[in-house]
Amino acid sequence: MNQTGGMPVAAPHTTTINSAGRVMATVMAALAPATLFGFWLYGWPAVYLWLITVGFAMLGEAFCLRLMGRQAAPVLFDGSAILTGWLLAVSLPPWAPWWIGAFGGLFATVLGKQVFGGLGQNLFNPAMVARVALLISFPLQMTAWVAPLPLFSAGAPGLIAGLQITLKGVAPGFDAVASASLLGFAKTELSRGVDLLQPLLHAPAQAWYGSRAGSLGETAAWLIAGGGVAMMFLRIITWHIPLAMLAGIAVPAAILHAVDPARYLDAGTHLLSGGAMLGAFFIATDYVTSPNTQKGQLIFGAGCGLLTWVIRTWAGYPEGVAFAVLLMNSLTPIIDSYVRPRIYGRDRKGVALEPVK
Amino acid sequence: MSMGLFDRIFKQPRWGVHPDDNKRPAADVPLRMLPPPARVYMPLHQHVGGAARPVVLVGQKVLKGQLLAAAQGNISAPIHAPVSGVVSAIGEVTAPHASGLGFAAITVENDFAENWIETDPVTDPFSLAPEEIARRTGLAGVVGLGGAAFPAAVKFALGKRLAVTTLIVNGGECEPYLSSDDRIMRDHAAQVVDGARIVMHAIGAREALVGIEDNKPEAIAAMTIAAAQFPEVKIRPVPARYPMGSDKQLIQTLTGKEVPADARAAEVGVLVHNVSTCAAVHQAVRLGRPLVERIVTINGGAVAHPGNIFAPLGTLVDELLAFCGLTATPSRLILGGPMMGTPLLHGRIPLVKGASGILAFDAREARLPAAGPCIRCGSCTRACPMGLLPLEMAARIRAGDLDGAVEFMLTDCIACGCCAYVCPSHIPLVQFFSHAKGELAARERARLRTEAARRLAETRIARLEREAKEKAEVAARRKAERKAAKARAAAEQAQGETA
Repeated sequence: MNQTGGMPVAAPHTTTINSAGRVMATVMAALAPATLFGFWLYGWPAVYLWLITVGFAMLGEAFCLRLMGRQAAPVLFDGSAILTGWLLAVSLPPWAPWWIGAFGGLFATVLGKQVFGGLGQNLFNPAMVARVALLISFPLQMTAWVAPLPLFSAGAPGLIAGLQITLKGVAPGFDAVASASLLGFAKTELSRGVDLLQPLLHAPAQAWYGSRAGSLGETAAWLIAGGGVAMMFLRIITWHIPLAMLAGIAVPAAILHAVDPARYLDAGTHLLSGGAMLGAFFIATDYVTSPNTQKGQLIFGAGCGLLTWVIRTWAGYPEGVAFAVLLMNSLTPIIDSYVRPRIYGRDRKGVALEPVK
Repeated sequence: MSMGLFDRIFKQPRWGVHPDDNKRPAADVPLRMLPPPARVYMPLHQHVGGAARPVVLVGQKVLKGQLLAAAQGNISAPIHAPVSGVVSAIGEVTAPHASGLGFAAITVENDFAENWIETDPVTDPFSLAPEEIARRTGLAGVVGLGGAAFPAAVKFALGKRLAVTTLIVNGGECEPYLSSDDRIMRDHAAQVVDGARIVMHAIGAREALVGIEDNKPEAIAAMTIAAAQFPEVKIRPVPARYPMGSDKQLIQTLTGKEVPADARAAEVGVLVHNVSTCAAVHQAVRLGRPLVERIVTINGGAVAHPGNIFAPLGTLVDELLAFCGLTATPSRLILGGPMMGTPLLHGRIPLVKGASGILAFDAREARLPAAGPCIRCGSCTRACPMGLLPLEMAARIRAGDLDGAVEFMLTDCIACGCCAYVCPSHIPLVQFFSHAKGELAARERARLRTEAARRLAETRIARLEREAKEKAEVAARRKAERKAAKARAAAEQAQGETA
């Protein structure tokens, strides 16, 4: 018999059918229903913005890879750049101009990911890095929400009109209803000295199934949660981060709402508004930027939730998921170095157990 | 006896992986005997410890079972002739190791007479002293047949000394593709149970727990019948989960005890022996037969008729494969299972005591995807049966930070391969760890060498100082003596003058 080709190799000689590409594809599939619902709700401009954001995220990735003299195609094929662009796109105002998506997409993959060394090396969630950069640089465009105007409904922009909105901005004569997101509305009212018991009665239109002003990821909260639960069943993510993050938002919200409903929104509104669901199931669960032990993930998730609620309640911005996730991202290496699983035959501190007969 | 639904759902271990076991149809094919090979090659070193020392000469006639090489050192095992015939050479053959390096072996030309040595059977091994059982097992060259190849008698002595109460009989056989333990339990359950009882007597254990993965119902049934009249031998089905057959994990599953880091199982009152080892102890003690044959699984996509073969040790892997037939040139040859087995460079390698299986993979089975970057998914940390963080250790080893990896308890890694198996980026994690462990061992050797050199230098300096001091003392003494003599002479002279 001849040499058996490329030997020797270390065991194991068999491996899982799972792959990084398959993981990314599954996450995208889980995100698809919510995204499609968002497309329907906000029409063609939302579709164009999504395409532009994803396209520029891939462009940024390819550009960096070429700069490093590496083949771009196989890396693009693993799907991580598409997913980054996708997550960013669903966190943007659906009618935002094209350059918001383009700038964000490039920022996410170039400065959020590739400068750190590419997949697996970045400290911060690339999509959230880009979103925060956009929010700070272009606050006007990033908070210009529109009320839902479903595809094919009366007054909804068609293929061409939609493209014009994305490329040139909303024409002054266009019959779009500018609207505040619920969290933004609450913050404005509070800052005007109006308590929440009054205005919430005539707050921006909202329905439990998500027909409300906001980003794609906000409006389809239930579809996003459904996708997240599906990922748990497919063992892409575990329950630790999502549950801890949602609890981190809901528990303080419920307590303070019970104390003073005039100043504090209730837990249900908190959970279904803004990026809570998207953040809990799709953003905070990013493998690269979250701790890799279950206990660490509980701490991380709870921190994301608590910080989100704190920012929403007391800080200048109406929404805080992106900031909260980034802050906790920076703590991930610390959590990972302090929270480790107990090793077989050792106690929690790593000291060998005493032999017990 | 069988596991209930509750156990199935809630008592599944949290560690490990569940690869396709690929054990059938090979496991279900009746055991076949290999036609005696014309020549066998018995390596002198097929066990943990010192290599055996040849006691035969080239050209000498030997009987089957005759001693070829004696144990050498405290931890070692003797080697016996697997066939009767003539010693034709004592020289190098290729070792069953990925390096393909050579090692010493004794070649025996088969005379096909099957003439056994005169054996010394024992009708009642339980009337023998435990030490006598250990002695007979040691002389028969019995080593751990599950793959570890640790001399069984050495383990008996350890068990006896540390007053072990429980013998764990390992019938886990968690490696995919392999079924030699399954086969021995199905076909020779009585031998396994008898061997286990002899081992219990040798180590002074009160009970034997036989752990068998629940994917082997036929073996569980056969063993249950064989153990029915011996209440001290308890058959315990365990969930099929890799690496259930690892000592530490099986001990934990069966007794709830954890073996402390840096300690031996015997220190928590248990000793683990493989089912095939127990059968070999039965053969050695009851029948007086040394270990010269074993059951080996021949499996893999390139094998035409996979199954279990009873073959003399020292048979070439090529001959075993030829007997089972090949459908294609194997894309990979493996000694042992796919999770921990050793890749073989070719098939001109002899069957050794610890070889439970030979796998000939076809191109599809041998294909491994290229490694990608770590995405920190944490699959490896969930799979690790030791509770380690493989991704953190690998990241540090990659950066050359061995001390960092040791801080993450790299030394506790059992190299089971779960982490590398589940990794979606197909990072060869075990290779990282083996490399680092090798580096650490080299560093330790270098440290010991430096230490020894330093000690020698210090001793030399001390000796030189001592010698210089002694010289000075002698010189001083001589000087004093001369001075005294001079004074005496002067005094005598003065006395003479006065007189």
